[in-house]
Amino acid sequence: MSVYTIVIVAASGILLGIAAGYWLPPHGRLPSRSRPRPVRRILLPFTGQAISRRSFEAAVRLAKAENAIIMPAFLARVPMTLPLDTPLPVQCATGMPLLEAVEQRVASQGVPVESRIGRGRSARDALHRLLDAEHFDRIIVSADEDPHAGLSYEDLRWLLERAPGEILILRPAPDDDRRISAVGLTGHF
Amino acid sequence: MSSAANPDSPAAASAQPDRRRGHMRLFLGMAAGVGKTYRMLLEGHAEQEAGRDVVIGLLETHGRPATARLAEGLPMVPRVRVSYRQAELEEMDLQAILRRAPELCLVDELAHTNAPGLEHVKRYEDVEDILAAGIDVLSTLNVQHLESLNDRITELSGIRVRETIPDAILGRADEVVLIDITPEALLDRLRAGNVYPLERIDAALNNFFRIENLAALREIALRQVAEEIGAKRLTTELVGSREESLASDAAGAVGERLLALVEPYPGAQRLVRRAWRSAQRLGADLDLLWVRGPGQTLSDDHQRSLAALQQLASVLGATMLVEESDDVTAKVAEVASRRGSTYIVIGRSRPARGVARLRVPLAQRLMEQLPGVDVRIVADRSQRHGSEKP
Repeated sequence: MSVYTIVIVAASGILLGIAAGYWLPPHGRLPSRSRPRPVRRILLPFTGQAISRRSFEAAVRLAKAENAIIMPAFLARVPMTLPLDTPLPVQCATGMPLLEAVEQRVASQGVPVESRIGRGRSARDALHRLLDAEHFDRIIVSADEDPHAGLSYEDLRWLLERAPGEILILRPAPDDDRRISAVGLTGHF
Repeated sequence: MSSAANPDSPAAASAQPDRRRGHMRLFLGMAAGVGKTYRMLLEGHAEQEAGRDVVIGLLETHGRPATARLAEGLPMVPRVRVSYRQAELEEMDLQAILRRAPELCLVDELAHTNAPGLEHVKRYEDVEDILAAGIDVLSTLNVQHLESLNDRITELSGIRVRETIPDAILGRADEVVLIDITPEALLDRLRAGNVYPLERIDAALNNFFRIENLAALREIALRQVAEEIGAKRLTTELVGSREESLASDAAGAVGERLLALVEPYPGAQRLVRRAWRSAQRLGADLDLLWVRGPGQTLSDDHQRSLAALQQLASVLGATMLVEESDDVTAKVAEVASRRGSTYIVIGRSRPARGVARLRVPLAQRLMEQLPGVDVRIVADRSQRHGSEKP
């Protein structure tokens, strides 16, 4: 075997390695960009310190079936005495850990997730503004929220009448009050 | 900043030793009823027994018999009467106090707004005159009256506190004493009628005096005093011991500032939340920076993600910065230097491909360009082994 042959084989090997290194990311996985992109967007709004486990599970089931992205949204309420664009650190202290908990659980199910935060004079106003700003294919809410803390029955009726997209309202099961909260969050967020 | 530029600085005060300024001790509490006035009166008696000339410049007993009883034995400067909109109001008589010239003056409710027609709009301005006359002052203040905390407390309680004072007044107090009791104990006092008259108890319990409000206010008060002590300690150590210019450097060193590097991708929200939480724990300000490539266009998805990031920044009280550059490291270093950042928070980089693998990682480049600035890489907790599954 001549020296030229050895050089050509070695150079080909190096070029092949560089090409493989360029096209394949570490661990041999396909880059995430080449995975099919989710097209449907499922909004999962909440206001309190926990969300219904049934709503969460329904969102995950639908997202898996429809190749959708779950968008948990914390609805923050701005008191009338403050400007609408005011920071809300106290509410965020409870809302952000819950967003993190929901994101972690959704991600561990292999479902894409992207959080949102809505801000308004009431939970309904915050949701209204969120729906005005972005399109969501489906909205999943639970009817078992504390009406003093979260979406009231009036808000749910408004949602059915006025909100675009499909609305899924889950009635509470009397024997199932499981909830997802920030308790037991993996690490600090 | 030099002391000449800032007459309020301790350096400036120490530069004018010819006229002794009075010494102010401020009793700070989370809410009415914790015992600030009571403690002020107790200390007034102790000073009187030690032979000092003590007077009460202004006392608000709010109808509390125990407070009124404790005030007995301490001479009180009569209040001045002011006519305002066909009403007779009673205010602290500043001129009478200055004429009386005691060694120590007790002035309740430092954040009070005076009736129109008096020398000053606010009582803390009266107190400044008293201190300037060389009279020591004991005074009281609730934490919700501090200007910088006003919005936060309104959000917390839904009640806008109208009477506020600049935070600098707290900084100017020579001593800040926190009067602390547990929220449960304060509610017990309230229910027993030791804070407000019986007819006001129910309204108070249903509005401001809720246990979650009190717990949060207590935390704010504790943090405020801790920060005050920290700032004072550093300044005191430096002033006079080395060049005075170090004092202004120290003030800068007390404040932490976080800079989180973001991109308009879904994972950025998690990074922002982590950075915000760290900023909260450090009592620091948070900036978010996206270094955008020159002429870079955004897809609809990325525009939505960017809008969501801006909304998140606004709700959290962070500042969102968008800078254009093709050299991320240099731009981050420039912004960090401009903003005085002490921490850089970055996410895990996307896997590099091809020759990009040979590049030095961003975190390392930042550490080289920004000596003395901490760099933190935020992990994705959902990827952690053993993480909780639903």
